[in-house]
Amino acid sequence: MVNIKKLIAVSLLTIFNSAQAAPTNEEIMEMMHELKKELAELRKENQKLKGEVDEVSIATDEAIKSKILLTNKSTFGGYGEMHGNWLDDQKGSADKDEVDFHRFVLFFNHEFSDRLRLVSELELEHSIAGDGQNGEIEVEQAYIEYDLTKNTSVLGGLFLLPLGLLNETHEPNTFYGVERNNVESYIIPSTWWEGGTMLSTNLTEGVNLKLAAHTALEASDSTYSPKTARQKGSQAPAEQFAYTAALKYTAIPGLTIGAGLNYQTDFQNSGSYSSDEAILYEIHTDFSRGPIGLRALYAEWDIEGIGPKLVGADKQYGWFIEPSYKVFNDQLGIFARYSMWDNSAGNNDNADTEYTQTNIGFNWWIDPQVVVKLDYQSQSVGTAIVKELNGLNLGLGYSF
Amino acid sequence: MLSLNKNYLAGLFRAMLLIAAMGLATPTAIAKGVYQTEEDFLNEVFKNEIPETQTLILKGDLRKSVEKILTHPYSGFRIKYWENSTQSAWILEEIGKEKNITFGIAVSNQKVSYANVLTFRETRGWEIRYPAFTEQYIGASLSEERLTKDIDGVSGATLSVWAMTSVVKMALLLDGYIKNEKK
Repeated sequence: MVNIKKLIAVSLLTIFNSAQAAPTNEEIMEMMHELKKELAELRKENQKLKGEVDEVSIATDEAIKSKILLTNKSTFGGYGEMHGNWLDDQKGSADKDEVDFHRFVLFFNHEFSDRLRLVSELELEHSIAGDGQNGEIEVEQAYIEYDLTKNTSVLGGLFLLPLGLLNETHEPNTFYGVERNNVESYIIPSTWWEGGTMLSTNLTEGVNLKLAAHTALEASDSTYSPKTARQKGSQAPAEQFAYTAALKYTAIPGLTIGAGLNYQTDFQNSGSYSSDEAILYEIHTDFSRGPIGLRALYAEWDIEGIGPKLVGADKQYGWFIEPSYKVFNDQLGIFARYSMWDNSAGNNDNADTEYTQTNIGFNWWIDPQVVVKLDYQSQSVGTAIVKELNGLNLGLGYSF
Repeated sequence: MLSLNKNYLAGLFRAMLLIAAMGLATPTAIAKGVYQTEEDFLNEVFKNEIPETQTLILKGDLRKSVEKILTHPYSGFRIKYWENSTQSAWILEEIGKEKNITFGIAVSNQKVSYANVLTFRETRGWEIRYPAFTEQYIGASLSEERLTKDIDGVSGATLSVWAMTSVVKMALLLDGYIKNEKK
């Protein structure tokens, strides 16, 4: 049957072609060669087009990434925290019942090159600044940093001193409690920034050393409080410099151990005779393993001179310990903090100037970078302290 | 009593300036950045027998799944990867605080077999590039968008830790996708 069909088809083709010259076998072979050649060329072209599409797709992807890099040369970020305090004074009538947008901070950074950058931080405290207002506008950081090597960089300008747990890293979503711990407010006077230069180097895996020379504290009253002695880089007197060294160990995941030293050539820095050189030393740790966390810090000032000795401010110290536990996929963290500090610990008479404070509360991270905080604080103060505040603190904080 | 004196600390400061000056004067001083090249990473994973580069186009549901893990839009659309009979390797980028960190992640049998930081240019959070930290990811797999292992963070490096965790999850997800496509 098939053979008959083939015979008919060949006969028809022969009749159809009879008007023209029938192609020879050689011609058919030649046509087939040409077709084969064209097919090969088409394949080649197709391959080329495919390659071009790949190249365009690679180039487009790279262009998108370059555009992002270009945009990221100047970056901004920030953090903010609003606090509510409802605290009863157990010793008098200095109750504190208030709501305050404590800190509104913007970071502006710029990358001049891979090795040279600007880091800056502008802060508005207590929402309104100006004559007669509660708040202040402050430049807390503005420095130029240069990478000398992969592991060493140097910076110059206004910078945060690398002391304690909070001074350099204090975005509200990174620590427990509405208010920062008081040891790092009254002994290490966080937030503490100075103008000068700092070298940072990674000595070995997980060991970092920072050395800085910078403007100094200047005690302005007879309490010799480090907090009020900060000059904040604002026309800061510079007859004498101060120096900071900090060592940080982070080689084991979940564990940070740090120690810092600050040396003031003259705690009054004004040529006055009532105080002399001073040293702050501190040691701290931050440990986390699974849901368990622990932070602890000890800090102490030794201040030379007759002035501080007379009021017991020649020795000022404090410490805290803060265990914590996270639940619900790390969205909720419960903590307790016991802290003590004394800014007149050098007195050897009966004046008891010691504060102890217990905080218990929680952080609820509604996003890793947005936190709601609630804690209860209970103070117990020495006989020479006039205010003892117990009550609730409520906070809302963010960083980006 | 004070155990340090003015001269000692002033000496420290001078030493610091000297080190800084030496660094500035050294022409071969190198910037922060590349800690392992792409090629070195691939040679480490595939024992010097690097398979051909393959490309995954990120689109549709796959893109949505990746962006859910990263919790933000992903800017690229092509993802390079390498695969042999036992492992897939991925070079992925994610922003730490401000800059892209490049990671090399390899997956074997749905578990992380290598997790390295290839480039790091942030000024903070550099601790995550050390093996003591990255080794925590080895053996982790993905279960309902979470890693099956707890990762202990580094104080002050939170954003870098988050970036690396996101990228590890992304590599596990992409490995699962290409394996599924081949079924």
